[in-house]
Amino acid sequence: MEQFTYLGLLLGCLVVTAPLELLLRVRVYARWRRLLLAVLPEFSVFVVWVLYAIAQGHWNYSATRTLDVRLPGGIPVEEVLFFLVVPLCSVLALEAVRKVTGWDAGYPAAPDDSRGSIAARNERGADRGAESGSGMEADR
Amino acid sequence: MSYSALAVTAVVAVLVVDLAVYRTRMVTRPVFWVAYAIIVTFQLLMNGVLTGLDVVVYDERTIWGPRIAYAPLEDLLFGFAMVTLTLASWAAVNRRANTPRRRGLDTDTRRSSTR
Repeated sequence: MEQFTYLGLLLGCLVVTAPLELLLRVRVYARWRRLLLAVLPEFSVFVVWVLYAIAQGHWNYSATRTLDVRLPGGIPVEEVLFFLVVPLCSVLALEAVRKVTGWDAGYPAAPDDSRGSIAARNERGADRGAESGSGMEADR
Repeated sequence: MSYSALAVTAVVAVLVVDLAVYRTRMVTRPVFWVAYAIIVTFQLLMNGVLTGLDVVVYDERTIWGPRIAYAPLEDLLFGFAMVTLTLASWAAVNRRANTPRRRGLDTDTRRSSTR
């Protein structure tokens, strides 16, 4: 079982954050194309960083607490998944805080990202600045 | 470059990206810091398990030395850079996708949202 330590942690992250999508309906999984686009810079930079760190011997990975499946460059498959799972959970956290507090995150609310407010938004004229002036500064 | 030097560089680079490249200014927003506080709590937990159980083992010569919950201090910088880059990119992608111009709803003159 111990070879599933790292993979289990990643799975735990997904399980713990799942209610944000399922119950709080933050619509992050629902916007998966945007999510992929947003994760791309982080994924590229940090995978390169890890490849460098492995090559330089900055750190190494247990052969017994991982599946020990190494991809080119010696990066464990779990580590690659880490750079997808953690950003996904981070975005879920941000969207959850945004939804609960209503605070500005620098972009207009998606037309479909909160129940009940669609009609209200349409009345105000599309969704410009729907969330406390958001979009105004960001669009400049 | 040592892990320490890279970690500091990454934090500076990400701040530049957030403030000057995307201009998403996530690090100026309360919503970001509340989310980050939640994320960093779970990061310390997960990192603690990863390093406490020796899933990841660091070369002492490339880190400063101090550790928080088994993990090198540098991991906090690594995590901050990673999370901030992700959330700033997410904001940039949504800003572009949600602006009225893109949805054909704007009527006044505004700068292209495709930049």
